[in-house]
Amino acid sequence: MSVQTWTYILVGISFTLYIGIAIWSRAGSTKEFYVAGGGVSPLANGMATAADWMSAASFISMAGIISFAGYDGSVYLMGWTGGYVLLALLLAPYLRKFGKFTVPDFIGDRYYSNTARIVAVICALLVSFTYVAGQMRGVGLVFSRFLEVDINTGVIIGMIIVLFYAVLGGMKGITYTQVAQYCVLIFAFMVPAIFISIQMTGNPIPQLGMGGTLNDGSGTFLLDKLDGLSTELGFNEYTDGSKSIVDVFAITLALMVGTAGLPHVIVRFFTVKRVKDARKSAGWALLLIAILYTTAPAVAVFARTNMINTVSNQPYADMPEWFSTWEKTALIKFNDKNGDGIIQYVADANLNELTVDRDIMVLANPEIANLPAWVIALVAAGSLAAALSTAAGLLLVISASVSHDLIKKIVKPDISEKGELWAARAAATVAVIIAGYFGIDPPGFVAAVVALAFGLAAASFFPAIVLGIFYKKMNKEGAITGMVVGILLMLFYMLKFKFGIFDGGKEAVAGLKEAWWFGISPEGFGTVAMLVNFIVSIVVMQFTPPPPKNVQDIVEDIRIPSGAAKAAEH
Amino acid sequence: MNDKQQKASAYWKENVSYLFILLTIWFAVSFGAGILFKEALDTIQIGGFKLGFWFAQQGSIYVFVILIFVYIKLMNKLDKKYGYDE
Repeated sequence: MSVQTWTYILVGISFTLYIGIAIWSRAGSTKEFYVAGGGVSPLANGMATAADWMSAASFISMAGIISFAGYDGSVYLMGWTGGYVLLALLLAPYLRKFGKFTVPDFIGDRYYSNTARIVAVICALLVSFTYVAGQMRGVGLVFSRFLEVDINTGVIIGMIIVLFYAVLGGMKGITYTQVAQYCVLIFAFMVPAIFISIQMTGNPIPQLGMGGTLNDGSGTFLLDKLDGLSTELGFNEYTDGSKSIVDVFAITLALMVGTAGLPHVIVRFFTVKRVKDARKSAGWALLLIAILYTTAPAVAVFARTNMINTVSNQPYADMPEWFSTWEKTALIKFNDKNGDGIIQYVADANLNELTVDRDIMVLANPEIANLPAWVIALVAAGSLAAALSTAAGLLLVISASVSHDLIKKIVKPDISEKGELWAARAAATVAVIIAGYFGIDPPGFVAAVVALAFGLAAASFFPAIVLGIFYKKMNKEGAITGMVVGILLMLFYMLKFKFGIFDGGKEAVAGLKEAWWFGISPEGFGTVAMLVNFIVSIVVMQFTPPPPKNVQDIVEDIRIPSGAAKAAEH
Repeated sequence: MNDKQQKASAYWKENVSYLFILLTIWFAVSFGAGILFKEALDTIQIGGFKLGFWFAQQGSIYVFVILIFVYIKLMNKLDKKYGYDE
């Protein structure tokens, strides 16, 4: 059977499964719609969190980025997992005890102010919308490459599926489809990784194969071989970086703190019954995420070595079939500059003849390694699972921000339960349409902004929530000023150094590198903005009145784990 | 301060000291071994891995997972000690 037939079969089966689960788990009340009724088991919640968290970026792009960046790619590995330690230790248990539906709920109540609530809603929408657009784009890419439909048709199919189970099932539907999606995506990621690990190193465990010796009888370590190949072609040693230590430090911290501050991840911990379940599901989530995140760097090494071996100094005419398939999508480009018919793949831009889009490494990897057709199709189904599960989680945050935080809490507090449920569904529908539009017609800045969404989350939510829990005397004036200053500073830095709008546009960006504050890139600046947020909050607090007694009592109460199920009732 | 409050603040103090210890380890394996001392650790090689590189791309993640499960265990014990478990 051909790759395409296999893809139709596997994608068809997995989509039927998701829709079936959605129908089985419809939401009947707002509590079911927002937090799945609050009775999800820790393991199920861990799986759902893992699927929610691992997006098209984790599944498709990350291993590719690492395979081109080598050691520099470590920022994503440590940043996107280390954040869970912060989440589990500093946020999840206390937010669960607080026991409402959304992050703006916490900010609004803890800082006894609707201004704080509105600031939090704006931050949540900003972060979630930039994120969701990237997911829809990923769905479109996979459809166009593997099912040979138009990219726009792909996006629309994805929209309909997400709309169906997010609008119908709310958090309840999303949770149980995400459990299924986790299984699909982890299976799809591991199978080719294991195959290739055996092929290259003889070791079935990719995490060990990565540090093992090559299968060719030479006794050379794979990583040494790759370091050698890289320097031979003029690249950095694979296991060495090119970024400064300060910048690597800042980016890693910004990604960690940003992860812990992402609203769609935080709300998942509202869906379990007790505080100890919230802790436990954070543990499960990270364990399940770590399976993919420790395999990805191995995949990166295998893919990089395989690719260099296949293309470097080989005649163009001898290239295998996958090479021309990807050439058609323009994601691989060959330009025979010296006209010798041989591919020169080197670091020097003037002599290099081959450009490979880093996003295709995971998708093309099974083809490069000559794996069977069903494995290639499985990767397609897995990428769709990763993109759809994250998109659904984000849409829920957007819809809850509108129907719960804005309509119920501010505009029309006397709205009926039924009315709120309809408002939530309507908001989700509108959000899907906007997200789909961005997916079909992406403004050039989407990809850049997705990476910066972490900076925004780090600069706004993380300090406000942590101070709200660990610093009883923190008041609304401090928290609001901190959030506003933090997010504006982050936006300013982004606009200045990522988009160059104060210095004549995109062309100026490369030249501004010298002017980076403290040598920190826009991706890492979330760390600075977060520190500024903390400092501003604490300073302003000194000069303004302390929070009222009943708010201080809330803080005392969320620090004690017992009674969470009861707290969720009111 | 009444008994109930005293108990609550003693519980909180122990909780915070656990956080302090666990987050120190969190910092040491990622920012320490994986970034600040990466070069020095790279002189040690275990199998095919240079140690600093291994911490950055593998080791830190394993430690993160262990840290959360240790935290779960410690807190469950602490909850029991103070009668906050349910």
